[in-house]
Amino acid sequence: MADSVSSLPALEAIDPTAEQSSRRLFFEVLHDWVTTVDHKKIGLMYIGYALLFMVAGGIEALIMRIQLAVPHNHFVSPEVFNRMFTMHGTTMVFFMGMPILFGFGNYLIPLMIGARDMAFPRLNAFSFWISALGGLLLYYSFIGGSGLYGAGSAPDVGWFAYAPLTAKAFSPGHSTDYWTISILLSGIGSIGTALNIVATIISMRCPGMKLSRMPLLAWLYLVLSNMVFITVSPLTAAQIMLMLDRYAGSHFFDTQAGGSAVLWIHFFWIFGHPEVYILVMPAFAFMNEIIPVFSRKAIFGYPAMVAASVGIGFVSMSVWAHHMFTVGMGAGANVFFVLSSMVVAIPTGIKIFNWLATIWGGKVRFASPMLFSVGFLFQFLIAGLTGIMLAAAPFDWQLNNSYFVVAHFHYVLVGGILFAFFAAFYYWYPKVTGRMMNERLAKWHFWLMVFGFHMTFDFMHIPGLLGMPRRVYTYEPRPGWEILNLIVSIGAIFQAIAVLLFVINLIRSNYKGDIAGNDPWDAWTLEWSTASPPPVYNFASTPVVYSRRPLWDIKHPEDPDWNYE
Amino acid sequence: MSTIPITPDVAEEPWVLPDRGTVGMVCLIVAESAIFLIFVVAYIFYMGQSLGGPTPQQVLQLPIFITVCLLSSSLTLHWAVAALRKSKIGACAAWLAATVALGTIFLVGTGMEWHHLIYVDGLSIRTNLFGTTFYSLIGLHATHVVVGLAMLLMALVFALTGHVKEEHAHRLDVLALYWHFVDAVWVVVFTVVYVLGR
Amino acid sequence: MACPAFGALAGGASSSARPGTGAHSPEYLSQGSTSIFDPAATPSHWIFTLSMFVLVITLAIFLIVAGLLIYALIRYRHRNLETYNEPAQIYGSNQIELAWTVIPALIVVMLFLTSSRVILATEDARKPADAVDVVVVGHQFWWEYRYPKLGIVTANELHIPTSDPQHPTPTYLEMSSADVDHSFWVPRLAGKMDLIPNRVNTMWIDPETPGLYLGQCAQFCGVQHAKMLLRVYADTPAEFAAWAAEQKKPAVEDPSVAEGREVFLHSACVNCHTVSGTMANGRFGPDLTHLASRDTIAAGAVENNADNMKKWIDAPASLKPGALMPPMHLNEHDLNAVTAYMMSLH
Repeated sequence: MADSVSSLPALEAIDPTAEQSSRRLFFEVLHDWVTTVDHKKIGLMYIGYALLFMVAGGIEALIMRIQLAVPHNHFVSPEVFNRMFTMHGTTMVFFMGMPILFGFGNYLIPLMIGARDMAFPRLNAFSFWISALGGLLLYYSFIGGSGLYGAGSAPDVGWFAYAPLTAKAFSPGHSTDYWTISILLSGIGSIGTALNIVATIISMRCPGMKLSRMPLLAWLYLVLSNMVFITVSPLTAAQIMLMLDRYAGSHFFDTQAGGSAVLWIHFFWIFGHPEVYILVMPAFAFMNEIIPVFSRKAIFGYPAMVAASVGIGFVSMSVWAHHMFTVGMGAGANVFFVLSSMVVAIPTGIKIFNWLATIWGGKVRFASPMLFSVGFLFQFLIAGLTGIMLAAAPFDWQLNNSYFVVAHFHYVLVGGILFAFFAAFYYWYPKVTGRMMNERLAKWHFWLMVFGFHMTFDFMHIPGLLGMPRRVYTYEPRPGWEILNLIVSIGAIFQAIAVLLFVINLIRSNYKGDIAGNDPWDAWTLEWSTASPPPVYNFASTPVVYSRRPLWDIKHPEDPDWNYE
Repeated sequence: MSTIPITPDVAEEPWVLPDRGTVGMVCLIVAESAIFLIFVVAYIFYMGQSLGGPTPQQVLQLPIFITVCLLSSSLTLHWAVAALRKSKIGACAAWLAATVALGTIFLVGTGMEWHHLIYVDGLSIRTNLFGTTFYSLIGLHATHVVVGLAMLLMALVFALTGHVKEEHAHRLDVLALYWHFVDAVWVVVFTVVYVLGR
Repeated sequence: MACPAFGALAGGASSSARPGTGAHSPEYLSQGSTSIFDPAATPSHWIFTLSMFVLVITLAIFLIVAGLLIYALIRYRHRNLETYNEPAQIYGSNQIELAWTVIPALIVVMLFLTSSRVILATEDARKPADAVDVVVVGHQFWWEYRYPKLGIVTANELHIPTSDPQHPTPTYLEMSSADVDHSFWVPRLAGKMDLIPNRVNTMWIDPETPGLYLGQCAQFCGVQHAKMLLRVYADTPAEFAAWAAEQKKPAVEDPSVAEGREVFLHSACVNCHTVSGTMANGRFGPDLTHLASRDTIAAGAVENNADNMKKWIDAPASLKPGALMPPMHLNEHDLNAVTAYMMSLH
């Protein structure tokens, strides 16, 4: 048996030519990273870049929470506060969310489908650097214009930048131009990488890796990449129009010349809502990989999971105007978008129930990746239910643009997506670095994060119900507003400490962590068959797979998966 | 030990996957279609909404000649690929040259139309909503024609200098896919701007 | 009279008490419920009922799913770390998948139908003949109200009559914007509706109880979005008629403030402000004809008294940084005179 096992290429991935890297000059290392076209290095650069921006966006959030801790606060001026929430939103969506999901996709997809690189390695590098340029340009706005004092000419129109607030008349100077151009650049990068991911998944799978045998992570990235084409492109188009308005004097969103402000709102949310699903797809993807491994069971209902993902992809294209229940679309349109928005709940429910069924009857191990996954499940459930409340249009007439909405989407983005990304960090870190992350610090991170998260975002719903709108730099001490805002602000501090612990763990474990070995979690997908960290070429010889869980087949030759699929 | 199979007994079919270049180009076309769709929607949305003239009825002429040129350039490019498949490099270069020529005529025609609109009819992108949507939609398409022409020109130069061989046919195929897309977009733009909008 | 209650979500009935014009306590500006669960008009009542229904359903879903999750996580946790055998592998079941597709679908249909009913009832409501019409125009960062049938123009404080269910006199708001997007949100009266330039949106409100209903702009509209506050005064029909009669009169010409009036008419004020009966007919800023009859200035940001008025005229940014009114650069004497004039415009 030993012979036949070792004849399987997947296990033979030990790097025969690995050279012990001696200490190299800083510039050599830098040159290596800047010029690389290796999907793993580009993936890591994406992730590192995203983490930097996460810290920047987090600092902006803290500034806002300090300002709002008490009513009539003078910590920052209204101008600075407006720049802060605009930069926070723009950063977290375009320069944290998108890069980190592309980073994980870049790193994992070729490894999980048995490929040696992405389909277009040079396009990959181009996409990363153009996105990076966008982010740097956005942050240059802090020191551009009038300098750091008053936050320079950082954008101050909100992350959805409703026209005509973005017109030259209402937004003189260059703050909106920074916003437009940086998002345009990041959009080009996103489309490039999405194209690369689709081509990789369609054309680079190893022999035997039929679409029906792909890891669910690959499926979800396939769906989200296709969504990028259909949703990021309209944003790109709208940004081109906005630029023409600002530079060439055209009138797309110029209400003085008969242009329509509502057109921008439509164009933005045709991008903006599916974008949320683009961001949540990787979270689903990580859950689909992590929950089975830590429950020791195959994912329940693989075909239903694929169908639900594709279904969400399609339905999400037709829900954008539930952001527009208050722009006066008329009863007919409102009714339609209530229905389409609520329909999303069905495939999403299927996913949650399938994860539940995967856990059911398993042997659940609560290592840090699973802890964060459990956090995801509960918090995403709540986020989904508050989403149903917002989809009921009349309820939304009250809740739209209130702190309830802010709490809802942070429940999705932090409680759901960020927790899933933390799970993914703990899960794949050993593969990337060859070392385990510190489990003690991880548990501290988890519990502090859970505590801070719930303190902030559970309580943030209530000011919204009490009539507090979002994007106000200060507020009157109306009944209940004061104490709730204070609690929310204190919770933010716990989250900041938790993230700090995570970053410390991330850096420290790279040097001091336990040696992980190839397959520390006893997992089943191809990336665990190669060395940790994987060699440049990923696999010494191209693997061949016969089922959805190739490593299960090897570990359990008496009962391989292909008998059941 | 050898009784336990490590691979299933059933033989798998031969493993053939789609060409990555084609897949990539199809993805690009989907993304580009979405961009054009937004501009077309804006054009239709603002039809007849301009606060002042000139209107499309007053100034637009059907650009039949350049349309025929652009559409036939798809055909010549198709023949160029077909020639390359048969290893006829000379014929391929000739058809490529024809394609570039037809594309250039289209661009020149558009330029002349714009010149007339701007200097005779007084319609600029600032004039009204019609000017705004017209120049941006036609301009977006023309930009794509320029990009396509640049790449075709590169292919032509490579063909003339003897760098193109039969095994490069699938690359020219990918380029042809893009060019056909640009043509197809023109059909939509033509219908919306010159037929429905006039 | 103004003794606001702190009942948070349920709101306090006392917040609907009509504040006396003389008794301005500092809290009076800010206190008063803005809870959506304290409805005081038909649209907000309908929304309240719907939201309770949705809350109950989502809570039930949460309890069931979270309960199952907790049960599964406890029941199937890995107890014995020594044992190394894997649990039985189950790959799926079409019957179960079907079940948890159909049941949520039924819930969705139910929620959709109840929501649609409220949408249609609110948006397609028939407008009674006695309805009051108000044109609302959003500005950076204040509200303009015009009563076309009554010939009244005022700002920031909206007066409407209460509506008796037997003889409904709802107020219909026709809303637009002079510059950027705004949103009209008085939670106790109705959901919000956006004010968008180049577009007219309509909503209606019909409070039964007289009182002051607070709210604020709910669509980010620039630097001072936070201090674009809303005050809706629901008056009894008699009070409303009296108020309207008062507002229709031209501006008071009090000879004791003639000097201030001269300064006002000969400074830049008139470019943006209107005082009926004078040459001041600017429309960029609020109509000042009956400025002194209002409880607040600067769109509800501060109480309307001589002190604040003087600060506001001298340096608007000291009360509301980012407000579009420029500092008037008057000398102390002129400043006092104009302030006195403003305070005389009852």
